[in-house]
Amino acid sequence: MSHDPDHDHQGLDHEDHDHPPGQRHPFQPDLEDGPYTWHMALTDAIEQLLLAKGILRPEQIRRTLEDIDSKSPALGARLVARAWVDPAFKARLLADVNAAAAELGIDAGPIPIRAVECRPGEHHVVVCTLCSCYPRLLLGAAPDWYKARAYRSRVVREPRAVLAEFGLELGPEVAVVVHDSTAELRFMVLPERPAGTEGWDEERLAALVTRDCLIGVARPTVPSA
Amino acid sequence: MSPPRFRPGQPVRVKAWFPPGHCRTPFYTRGKRGRILDLVDVEPDPEERAYGRPGLPAVPVWRVVFDQHELWPDYRGPAQDRVVVGIFEPWLEPVEEAG
Repeated sequence: MSHDPDHDHQGLDHEDHDHPPGQRHPFQPDLEDGPYTWHMALTDAIEQLLLAKGILRPEQIRRTLEDIDSKSPALGARLVARAWVDPAFKARLLADVNAAAAELGIDAGPIPIRAVECRPGEHHVVVCTLCSCYPRLLLGAAPDWYKARAYRSRVVREPRAVLAEFGLELGPEVAVVVHDSTAELRFMVLPERPAGTEGWDEERLAALVTRDCLIGVARPTVPSA
Repeated sequence: MSPPRFRPGQPVRVKAWFPPGHCRTPFYTRGKRGRILDLVDVEPDPEERAYGRPGLPAVPVWRVVFDQHELWPDYRGPAQDRVVVGIFEPWLEPVEEAG
C-alpha cells in the first residue's frame, strides 16, 4: 500500500500497518537498497567496457532492453488461437513453433520451442527444475513463482497438488505430463479450445489464452455471461 | 560426432553418476528408468561449456519419459502421470525390454 506519509486516515484504523502518531512511515526500500551482488558488479563492468570501447552505444542497450520487455504472452496466445481455427497451422506449430511463429511475423528467437498439446485425458505443464528456462520471446518475462524453488521442486514431485493450488483440479482420468526444460529446448502448452467458443474469431479466442494457460497451470475458460 | 545410439520408445536408464561440476541431469532422474521419446538435437556438451570450453564433439540430447511412480515410489496419482526430461546421451544407458 503506498500513500502519503502525512496521510489522514479519516477515522479509519491502521488495519494493516502501524506507526506512531506524527511519525513518518518507514520508507519502502528502493531498488538500490538490496545488496550489490557479484553478478551485478560483473554486469556493470561489462556494460561499461562495451561502452568505453565503442562496441555498443547506450541507445542500443536501451532499445534491446525495451524490445525484451515488450514481449508478452499475447504472442503465444496468437499462435494458440490460430492453431484452434486452422488445423494445418496447428500441425505446423506442433512440428516447429519457431517457424510457425515466423508465419505470423513473430520472432521466437534462435532457441527451439516445442508446443505440447493438451487433449481430453492429457494435461501438460512446464517447468525448469534446474533454473528458470522459459520461452521469453513468446511469453515475455517469467512470473516470479515460475523461478521460485517451491514451484520448481514441487511441480515434478506433486504436480496435482501444485495445480490444485492454482485452482486447477484434475481428476484421475486426466494424465498429468510435466515437461522439465533441462536442455536447449523451451516449451509452450497448446491448451484445448474451450467449449462455447464456436464461431469465435482469432482475436476473441486469443484473449482467453493467458500466460498461465501457456505454462499449463491453468486452462482457458469462457467468462460466464 | 557419433551417431545417436537410441530410438524412440526404447527403454533406458539414467546413470547414477554424481560427478562434481555443472551438469544438466536433474538428481531426481539419476538411476531411474524411462523411455526415449525423441531426439531433441545435437548440442555442445554443457558440462564442458560451463568451464568455458567448446564442448565438442556435440552430444545428442534425448527427451526421456519417466513414469511418476518410477521417479517417486510414494507418488500419489494415476499410473499414467509422467515427467518428460531432456537428457544428454552420455548419461543414458540402454536397458533390456521388460519381458
